[in-house]
Amino acid sequence: MSVDDVIVAENLVKTYRMGKVEVHALCGVSFTIRRGEMIAIMGPSGSGKSTLMNVLGCLDRPTSGDYYLDGERVSGLSDDKLAEVRNRKVGFVFQSFNLLPRISALENVELPLRYSGMKRGRRERALEVLKQVGLADRVSHHQSELSGGQQQRVAIARALVNHPSILMADEPTGNLDSKSGAEIIELVTRLNRETGMTVIIVTHDPAVAAHTQRVIRLRDGLLEESA
Amino acid sequence: MNLVQVFYEALQSLTVNKLRSALTILGIVIGVAAVIAMLAIGRGAQVAIDNQIYSIGTNLIFLTAGGRDVRNPRPLTLGDADALSDASQAPSILYVAPVIQGRSRVSQRGEQVGTTLMAVTPEYAIVRNQIMAEGQFITAAHLRQRSAVAVLGSEVARSVFGRTDNLVGETIRIENQPFRVVGVLESKGGSNFGSQDDQVLIPLTTAQTRLLRRQTRDQVDIIYIQAARADLVDQAVDELTQIVTVRHRTAINEPDFTVLTQQDILNVTQTITSIMTIFLGGIGGISLLVGGIGIMNIMYVTVSERTREIGLRKAVGARKRDILIQFLSESALLSLIGGILGIILAWVISWVVGEIATRRGVDFIPIIESDAILLATLFSAAVGLFFGFYPARRAASLEPVEALRYE
Repeated sequence: MSVDDVIVAENLVKTYRMGKVEVHALCGVSFTIRRGEMIAIMGPSGSGKSTLMNVLGCLDRPTSGDYYLDGERVSGLSDDKLAEVRNRKVGFVFQSFNLLPRISALENVELPLRYSGMKRGRRERALEVLKQVGLADRVSHHQSELSGGQQQRVAIARALVNHPSILMADEPTGNLDSKSGAEIIELVTRLNRETGMTVIIVTHDPAVAAHTQRVIRLRDGLLEESA
Repeated sequence: MNLVQVFYEALQSLTVNKLRSALTILGIVIGVAAVIAMLAIGRGAQVAIDNQIYSIGTNLIFLTAGGRDVRNPRPLTLGDADALSDASQAPSILYVAPVIQGRSRVSQRGEQVGTTLMAVTPEYAIVRNQIMAEGQFITAAHLRQRSAVAVLGSEVARSVFGRTDNLVGETIRIENQPFRVVGVLESKGGSNFGSQDDQVLIPLTTAQTRLLRRQTRDQVDIIYIQAARADLVDQAVDELTQIVTVRHRTAINEPDFTVLTQQDILNVTQTITSIMTIFLGGIGGISLLVGGIGIMNIMYVTVSERTREIGLRKAVGARKRDILIQFLSESALLSLIGGILGIILAWVISWVVGEIATRRGVDFIPIIESDAILLATLFSAAVGLFFGFYPARRAASLEPVEALRYE
């Protein structure tokens, strides 16, 4: 494990229990992602790619196996510590945007800063990232007043606002038309190139995967190839 | 996150469902108002009754013949009253007022009413706080001369003469014998303790010679005694008990008479009113509890409606504590607003009740005390936090992945 490895996954296993049936979503997955890489995780539905993403994003714990994020062993952390990791190290972008409908774009972007205990300058920082994603003129709009592409930009701004080490996007273009989707991928690519931020995208769209440097393919909870 | 912001956000989310929040708050409003108003009514009743009891006299002691489990008690007599007036034997007793009382018919030019006839001595006016509206009370001279004079209670005056003033010098008939009116008593209001306005007073000696057909003319029905000071009431009771026990030749601790002080009456009524207050407050408390369950119910609905929001908040770094505080502050805010409105409503209810009582001529004003407000406020805050805690904890312990997947 070198300092440049931002993610080290060792034999990750995730088993769900659905009623009486055990579902093996991940059956021992190991890989390493270096700082600054842009990676796609691909695979058919049910292959475990979303589960892997949730584990990598600290939204879920692996059943067994070790996971190091930014040099820190995440698999043994308490709930509060995990919340802190999600807050500071991971920026998560969802397929369905997940903006809070009652508050403005700016307040949505400010949200992670509030949970990180930042007292001053939240608004300025939120404005800064909104500008970065090209939404400087939409800051006070609510979800219902924004197009899908714009909503996803707000979500990206929210993911970026706390200077995370990694940006994780789970099917970020899945709910968008192809033009908006292309713009989002372009934005993410630009962020990766300009800021050197590590980016992981879960997708089943080969066109999206084509923008990345490397593709991790999953099938039935196992790595298919890693090239 | 600071507290102001937490509450601002809570307020924001409560305004999303205005009707729902308003109905939930209504439950608390009614509960808090019920508690405070009931306590206020209980307190007001206590004060009204206390005033009634104080109005019958000061440091007053009632002495009557007979008692529980007493066979053939000796009646009280004027001799007993004289003995009690003896300052050397009963230094703590200031005034003694023996009274013969009974029902009687009073008439004037064909108007006839039944009323209480009280045969009294001048001391009666002092021990029973009788104030003259006009004229004079029965004097020592009246007593000595066995004069046919009468003092009217205001209610009797009104029903016999149709007025309460300019009555001195008029004549009324008591048991068909003419009596000259020498004074009219001021109204005391209320109707407790045998309406002090519905009575006619005549000199004790006059009653003995003219109206009574009793075997022992010395016999009296009740002796009112006024102790010299409030702190001498107990001592006065001891003195009179000893004197009367000796005179009646009864065994000690087996008296054939009953002594009752104003404080005894106060104690009884205070017990009654405090039971009533607890009972009423308890009913109010139950409605507050129901209001609290309303909060719990609505918070559970809110939590399941906002499961995705909770998941998202957790995904961007909210800890359990943050979510817990968020939902607790919403339920606390519901009960806080409810509490404030409840206090206002309680004030309105008390005012209306007092107004109705006043219109009906009852001397009764509900009294809202600060400790009742404090109690209700603390109770409603506790209800909000207690019933808000379980829904909030459910929200806080949601797993982020599952919450985000929730539809």
